[in-house]
Formats: sequence, structure tokens, C-alpha cells
Amino acid sequence: MEFVTVNLLTSVFTPFHALLLAVMVNARHLFYGISMLEKYKGVGAKKFYLIFGMCDESFSINCTTQPPAGVDRGWFMFFVTLLNHIYWVVGSTLGGILGGLIPFNTAGIDFVMTALFVVIFLDQWFSQKNHIPAALGIVVSVACLIGFGPDHFIVAAMAFILLLLTLFRKKIEPAEGGAAS
Amino acid sequence: MSMTVWQSVITIVMVVLGTMLTRFLPFLLFPANKPTPPYIQYLGKVLPFSVIGMLVIYCLKGVSLTAYAYGLPEALGILLTVLLHCWKRNMLLSIAGGTIFYMLLVQLVFV
Repeated sequence: MEFVTVNLLTSVFTPFHALLLAVMVNARHLFYGISMLEKYKGVGAKKFYLIFGMCDESFSINCTTQPPAGVDRGWFMFFVTLLNHIYWVVGSTLGGILGGLIPFNTAGIDFVMTALFVVIFLDQWFSQKNHIPAALGIVVSVACLIGFGPDHFIVAAMAFILLLLTLFRKKIEPAEGGAAS
Repeated sequence: MSMTVWQSVITIVMVVLGTMLTRFLPFLLFPANKPTPPYIQYLGKVLPFSVIGMLVIYCLKGVSLTAYAYGLPEALGILLTVLLHCWKRNMLLSIAGGTIFYMLLVQLVFV
């Protein structure tokens, strides 16, 4: 959305279009919230900041990482969120001010985000016997990317993922250890 | 005609509002003081797996398979990341190794 915002700021003033665009482009956060409903219970006032700062990286780390034994879950997630927040702000600011002074070519460094999600995906894959949800995520997203194009595929992918997870609930749920219906 | 400073501020505020709506809505619809419906609990358990897969593809959404490079740097970068991770299961090594390899590819090989 930060890249789309750059475009918004350099074109005609359309505030409600900006609001709608932000909701559409960031719709995936709806899924993050559903995923974290249980994990964010019982953390107290920190919850507000945890939700506020729930970007892609903080969500994926908080969702999939177990704090070490003896470490308070709420504070662990708080500092993951806070540190990531700080890194984003400081990094962007420094990059904006000093980026031109970096002596080496940084082309391709944004691959780090792809690599992060690949690694998290793998760790999740290793941890589960039932690979249906994970495989579904990849296959449906690729299909929607082909069918709807890079700018519109996310909402379609989310809709189809939701649909298929719901349709296949009986197949998936017992394996996940959830209550059998 | 470019925006005034205040129009820029309002635009950014709108983007923040839209984003916050997407982040807070589930927690408003399913508050902690009430039991979460079983269907939503089920989604909460399975969605993370689908969402991370979706995010991998999201990162690759700008890659063209028909224009030059044909997604090869990305495919090779991901392949190395996967191999490193299967080998050592070390997050830092896998991410750094895959990223550095990708940067070398796009800077030196696929130019």
C-alpha cells in the first residue's frame, strides 16, 4: 500500500478513493485478525498496539513463533511488533536521507521479504501432517493471479480460500485436532 | 496540478483509516469477552497456513513469466532458500543466503 500511496500523493486529490483503495489493497489484514483472535486474548492493554502494528511481517512472526519457555507471550509479541515498527520507520527514514550514499548496488534486496515468507511457509509445512490449507493458499493464489492480474488477485484469492476452507472443513478439521462435528 | 500539503495529509489519514479498519474489524466483530464462534475458531487455526502461502505469491505478483528474466531469478532464489532451509533449518542463513544469491543473479547474471 505504501507504493500505491506514493501514486495517490502524486495525482489528483480523491480522499474517499484513497480510503476505499486502502481497504481493498490491505484486505488481507482481515485474515490476519481472524488468525490472531485467540492469540491476542489475555494480553491486556497491549492488545491495541498489537493490532495497530499488525503488518505482514509482525503477523507472520507472531502467528507462527512460540516464545521461549518462561517468556511472557504478550510481551514477546509486543516487542516483535514494536521492533519491527521501529525498523520500518528508522530504516525508511535513513534510506530516504542517506540511501544515495550506499556504496554498493542494493538491487534485489527486497527479495528478503519473499525469502522470509518462504521460510515461514516451510517451517509451517514441516510442522503439519495435513498440507491442505497450505497447498490451497499457494494454488488458489496462483490461479487468481493468473485470472485476475496482480492488482486484483488478493481479494479473489481470499474469497476462494475462504470458500474452499469452508467446503473442505470436515476433511481438514479432525486432522487439525479441532472438535469433530 | 499537485496537491496542497493539507490534501496530502488528508490522503495519508484516509490510507491509515482504511488500513486500521482492516486490522481492527475482526477484533470488533468477535470481541474477546464473548466466546468466538467455532467456525471462526476453525478459520483462525487453518487460515495462517493459507495466508502465508498467499503472501509468498503476493511477493511474486509483479514477476512476469513472458518478459525477460521470465521469473528465473525468483525461481532460483526461492530454490536456494528452500534448499538452505531444508539443510540447516536456520532462518537467518536461509533468508540471507537466498536474498544475496538473488541480488547476485539480478545484478550480474540476468542483466
